[in-house]
Amino acid sequence: MTALPPPNPVSEAQRQQILTDLRALVPGEGVVSDPISMKVFESDGLTAYRQMPLVVVLPETVAQVAGVLAYCHRNAIKVVPRGSGTSLSGGALPLADAVLLVMSRFTRILDIDYENRTVTAQPGVTNLGLTRAVEDRGFYYAPDPSSQIACSIGGNVAENSGGVHCLKYGLTANNVLGVELALIDGTVLRLGGKHLDAGGLDLLGVITGSEGLLGVVTEVTVRILRKPATARAVLFGFMTSEAAGDCVARIIGAGIIPAGMEMMDRPAIHAAEAFVQVGYPLDVEALLIVELDGPEVEVDELLTRCRAIADATGAVYERVSTTEAERTQIWAGRKAAFPAVGRISPDYYCMDGTIPRKALSQVLSGMRELSAHYGLRVANVFHAGDGNLHPLILYDANKPGELDAAEALGADILRLCVAVGGVLTGEHGVGIEKRDLMPVMFEKVDLDQQVRLKCAFDEGHLLNPGKVYPELCRCSELGRMHIHHGALPFPDLPRF
Amino acid sequence: MTRFCPDTDAQVVDAVQTALAESRRLEILGLGSKRTIGKAVDGDLLDLSGLTGILSYDPAELVLTARAGTPLSHIEAALAEANQHFAFEPFHPNALLGTQDQTLGGMLAAGLAGPRRIQAGSVRDHVLGFQAVSGRGEAFKAGGKVVKNVTGFDLSKLMAGSWGTLAVLTEVTFKTLPRPETEATLAVPGLTDTQATAFLAAAMGSPAEVSGAAFANGRSLLRLEGIAASVAYRADLLKALAPGHVEMLDQATSRATWTAIRDGSALASQPGVIWRVSCAPTQGLALVAAISAEAPAEAVLDWQGGLIWLLLPEPMSLRLRELLARHGGGHATLIRSDDATRRATPCFQPQEPALAALTARVKAAFDPEGILNPGRMD
Repeated sequence: MTALPPPNPVSEAQRQQILTDLRALVPGEGVVSDPISMKVFESDGLTAYRQMPLVVVLPETVAQVAGVLAYCHRNAIKVVPRGSGTSLSGGALPLADAVLLVMSRFTRILDIDYENRTVTAQPGVTNLGLTRAVEDRGFYYAPDPSSQIACSIGGNVAENSGGVHCLKYGLTANNVLGVELALIDGTVLRLGGKHLDAGGLDLLGVITGSEGLLGVVTEVTVRILRKPATARAVLFGFMTSEAAGDCVARIIGAGIIPAGMEMMDRPAIHAAEAFVQVGYPLDVEALLIVELDGPEVEVDELLTRCRAIADATGAVYERVSTTEAERTQIWAGRKAAFPAVGRISPDYYCMDGTIPRKALSQVLSGMRELSAHYGLRVANVFHAGDGNLHPLILYDANKPGELDAAEALGADILRLCVAVGGVLTGEHGVGIEKRDLMPVMFEKVDLDQQVRLKCAFDEGHLLNPGKVYPELCRCSELGRMHIHHGALPFPDLPRF
Repeated sequence: MTRFCPDTDAQVVDAVQTALAESRRLEILGLGSKRTIGKAVDGDLLDLSGLTGILSYDPAELVLTARAGTPLSHIEAALAEANQHFAFEPFHPNALLGTQDQTLGGMLAAGLAGPRRIQAGSVRDHVLGFQAVSGRGEAFKAGGKVVKNVTGFDLSKLMAGSWGTLAVLTEVTFKTLPRPETEATLAVPGLTDTQATAFLAAAMGSPAEVSGAAFANGRSLLRLEGIAASVAYRADLLKALAPGHVEMLDQATSRATWTAIRDGSALASQPGVIWRVSCAPTQGLALVAAISAEAPAEAVLDWQGGLIWLLLPEPMSLRLRELLARHGGGHATLIRSDDATRRATPCFQPQEPALAALTARVKAAFDPEGILNPGRMD
């Protein structure tokens, strides 16, 4: 397991002083310090990791957030921000010597502007809550992570969350127009707004997906979209995952960007069908769901084209939705894939690499070898359109050594993704989970440059330390430069 | 003044290290097409136009990687051959600034997107990764070469609109997308500002999937793209929303119309300074009306009104930004003016002190000695 940074010793007297000070900043029920009440906060969606925080603070106002941050900054106390705690990479995992700053009381929608198609909300509003607020007028918020009932928009910004529709509609970063942000010293800034380009350096772009390392989002403005007139899904079955992958490449090659394209391998198909019984064929190696949305004439035409491509690439099974109920049913198995795998295995571990799609068969066969080597089963669901793999590693945490083996297998799968030109994480974030794999993808010089950006926001490494970056050198050391004054000019450099 | 003309990434490292060693400042130059935007840089030239070539382009993967000095025209030709494009429709400065081609790196560093920004996002939404040399003289990379990636800080977005002040780009990777099969444009002349604002808002809020929404030459313009049957169907949707007579522009006229809007071409031949103003879409026409009450102004509005190409006889920067703040905020960038005016005008939107301080710390994180395009964004 990835090691958390060694905690600074906090004596009981110091802890009591911190509690007293925090209670002055956040009166009422906002400071939680007894072990039983804090227990619910000891992990996030990456449940293999658990750690009790020093104290949990639930502020209600931006001024309280700023006050807590400034206090922690003055006293060099670490802070772990948390939204709904659904991170799959341990981004909100507490630290023993850190204040857990929970934003779940910020649940108000502040402004809905249909003319400019924006919603401004507090960060604790759920992802689905944004859509709920505007759906009666036919609008929705596009990014749809599978935790959307629970996950908060503030957490989505921190993680740059995706979803099955991000091939066509983008990740969180592509759908956020502005934020209000509290820095570690308590400064509150606004970046962007209802206008489309934020102006100046794109700090909004780098805040999004910064996993709580740069600041705490206290307000978010997102763009909303009009719901497409129709959506239809088609389910194709293939005898090989290569054929399914070829079908995906040819659909995109034909200039079609479907709203969603999802693939499942045989173990995932069987697990899903056993769980929800939606009539998935069990004699195929790969299932591909293609969803098209837009005006009916367009959906019908593109569906015809996709079916012809699937035919030409050897689809042996086809089911087209003609009603909303049928569409929902096609999706039901895919959407239930994670709990379905949870049913056939005591525990599972979800990975999140992205690969160039052309490397799919190479990666799948590599994964089969690794699976055999570690003696652990792997089921694959795959955002096929954008190459984002979710291998689910099946293990039993009660068997000694299996969690370690599952983590080692997961790490090898991600190394394989990077080796074929891909990346460690497509949408779940690095967090604690993939932190020590960062050097697989980046050289030291690359990581140092990213950490220098961290230093520009948080010189004391107080915000969410131990996440994303394997080592946090002192900013003063990272900033040091050795310049060869008076050195010989470089002889091979063309100068005029 | 020295002009460094590297052919390799290693030579870019050498150039920056030389500048550090000799305490020189560098003006980062591609093809110079946007060189007159922002403050002039007093320094040696680091000319990247020798770093050319597409390194990989696989249309089915939707990913293109090229060296930063590659002319955009070469890239656009390669994309067109595969029936793809950059969906953000990059601004071409030719018409407004009288320059020719731009480099891919320059396009990223400027971060200026065209009409489809309202639907498909901006330059920053399509850049996937890059390699660069920091102001520390170190070659580094960030991002990736796949379309979906959240590994580490998204430094790629930070490069978009950084105007060469953070790092010298040497290689960039972009997402590409299929080109729509057909396009058509609806033009509705003669609407009042209030009618036009309401019409474009209604169109953008309809299921018509509008990919361009502009006010130009007294007409409200809406672009539709996609397969022909869908475009025809959606055009009917929009006609039903229009408060006046609708003219349909054919494909060729539509293309030319949106190229002109993208580049602010209608203002090019007239004397005066030109601003690019970003504001909340529904505020655009009201802001133009407010400034027109005080000076003879001309404007082309894109992005449903949220992007204003504004021609004024003189900069009026304080007043313009005051009015902008009163109209919901945003930012104004001086795009065209003479050298003396540029020197005397804050070309980029001034920031409030805390944001300016953070911006300065971010700059220093990449370029601690302040040798890369110093002052360009002031």
